[in-house]
Amino acid sequence: MDTIFGVPTQALFGQLLIGLINGSFYALLSLGLAVIFGLLNIINFTHGAQYMMGAFCAWFLLNKLGVGYWWALAIAPLSVGAFGILIERLMIKHLYQLDHLYGLLLTFGLALIIQGLFRNEFGSAGLPYQVPAELAGGQNLGFMFLPKYRAWVIVASLVVCMATWFVIEKTKLGSYLRAGTENSQLVQAFGINVPRMITLTYGFGVGLAALAGVMAAPIYQVNPLMGGDLIIVVFAVVVIGGMGSILGAILTGFGLGVIEGLTKVFYPEASNTVIFIVMAIVLMIKPAGLFGTQK
Amino acid sequence: MSDTSQASATVPARTSASLRHQGVAFVVLGAFFLTAPLAMYPVFLMKVMCFALFAAAFNLLIGYVGLLSFGHAMFLATGGYLSAHAAKVWGLPPEMALLTGTAAAAVLGLAAGLIAIRRQGIYFAMITLALSQMVFFFYLQTPFTHGEDGIQAVPRGMLFGVFDLSNVWAMYFFVYAVTGAGLLLIYRIVHSPFGQVLQAIRENEQRAISLGYRTDRYKLLAFVLSAALAGLAGATKSLVFQLASLTDAHWSMSGEVVLMTLLGGLGTVFGPVAGAFTLLAMENYLAQLGSWVTVVQGVIFVICVLTFRRGIIGELGRVIKRPL
Repeated sequence: MDTIFGVPTQALFGQLLIGLINGSFYALLSLGLAVIFGLLNIINFTHGAQYMMGAFCAWFLLNKLGVGYWWALAIAPLSVGAFGILIERLMIKHLYQLDHLYGLLLTFGLALIIQGLFRNEFGSAGLPYQVPAELAGGQNLGFMFLPKYRAWVIVASLVVCMATWFVIEKTKLGSYLRAGTENSQLVQAFGINVPRMITLTYGFGVGLAALAGVMAAPIYQVNPLMGGDLIIVVFAVVVIGGMGSILGAILTGFGLGVIEGLTKVFYPEASNTVIFIVMAIVLMIKPAGLFGTQK
Repeated sequence: MSDTSQASATVPARTSASLRHQGVAFVVLGAFFLTAPLAMYPVFLMKVMCFALFAAAFNLLIGYVGLLSFGHAMFLATGGYLSAHAAKVWGLPPEMALLTGTAAAAVLGLAAGLIAIRRQGIYFAMITLALSQMVFFFYLQTPFTHGEDGIQAVPRGMLFGVFDLSNVWAMYFFVYAVTGAGLLLIYRIVHSPFGQVLQAIRENEQRAISLGYRTDRYKLLAFVLSAALAGLAGATKSLVFQLASLTDAHWSMSGEVVLMTLLGGLGTVFGPVAGAFTLLAMENYLAQLGSWVTVVQGVIFVICVLTFRRGIIGELGRVIKRPL
């Protein structure tokens, strides 16, 4: 077997693949956080719980209603997004005039409630979710074995990220969004319904989290706590990338996934902490983040 | 924080009348913890005092500098682990063990503070959370903490070689003295010229800078002080329970201290004590409900943020028209 730096290529590419998969989820989740932060100026701590809800939604659709993966990809983001809209209208809305930290505290409380309720209902053991039949199996590439589903996750997440980037940077709707981020009062004066735009943006960001949850269901097990620790890593990703740019969030997400994967090969003890170490280094050198602008 | 500043806009805290008022409150509080063991389980009260100090240390940052640290568990755990290790493995007496834990937390606070104060507001919260998660993984993997088991059977030892802390009353009054001293120190810090500069930074950092204050240094010093006091709380706690475990390092512990302070009243002197007492009493009663405790905590968070932002002591202070 070939080796690179004394590591078997098979293991190296295997971990690289896992890194890309994790990176896909980091990218999707940090993208959602960045979109929400841009317009609402709150950090959505409930993001991890909403990701978990997406996975549970897919599990529920399959096991209770017999609705498969492909439908779940559409239904879960829509229903969890609708739930997000409800939360925004009922609670978050009241916090816009206050310090942004209250938004963080509120969504943290909501995350505790949601995770606690799911844990009471489903316990903390994971529930299995089958890979859809169309994507079962894999391809032997010669140097490694590539499961089809994992390839699909990477491609799908890239497509979703690029589509989001396109909508925000290149379309009229996106220009309203960006203008609202800059100065929402002025945009409102031009006759655009900013409160509705804010609500829909929150719903969209939450929907992205749920979509990531559905895609994660066949890879990781469906578990009430699956989002709790992940969201902290995603926060670090967001700090590293800076929330100024959508493209930055995507690049940082994938990049850090790969770095984490490589660390698992070369120095496994640090694989849990490498992203936080990168965060500390980036903050020392470039406090605003790699793609951010200091406010 | 703009809203806390509104809540504490009624807290000029400089007039001798309001200081006398807080002095009275201190005496009442001291008397309460002196007599409470007659009616309540002393171990529970010791736990309350440790967490009161922890929350008061956290409140020093959020209430008086406006910095929300979402990673204070790392200081609690560091204080706990280091003092437990010092007492058990190095065989140090309890007072030296506490000092070791406190100093370790202060050093960690300096390192974390240097990184975290580079950003403000929400970023500060996210950075401290991430750093604390890093520390959690470190304690999970490093051998001296014994992973999931924690450091067990920590000896309480002889305080100053005279008082045997395995006696519950000796331990109780030791915790009483440590917490009391910690709270008085925080009170002194807040009312010192240094504390006034901190509050100026909270209200308007740009202006404080233009007045010639190096705000980063003030923030860093406040962060280190807060970390050291949180470490002291953790060290004391590890002696009380003779255990230092991973629970103290987990992010849910950081969330809990935020909740205690929020419930008691951000930026009030006595809020953290009231918050710690209320929350721990509630958790005691709800213990048989298991994971419902998380849900209840979440609900309290939501209620506090939406309708009860002054907290228990903040509201009380508003009713009697005096800052507490």
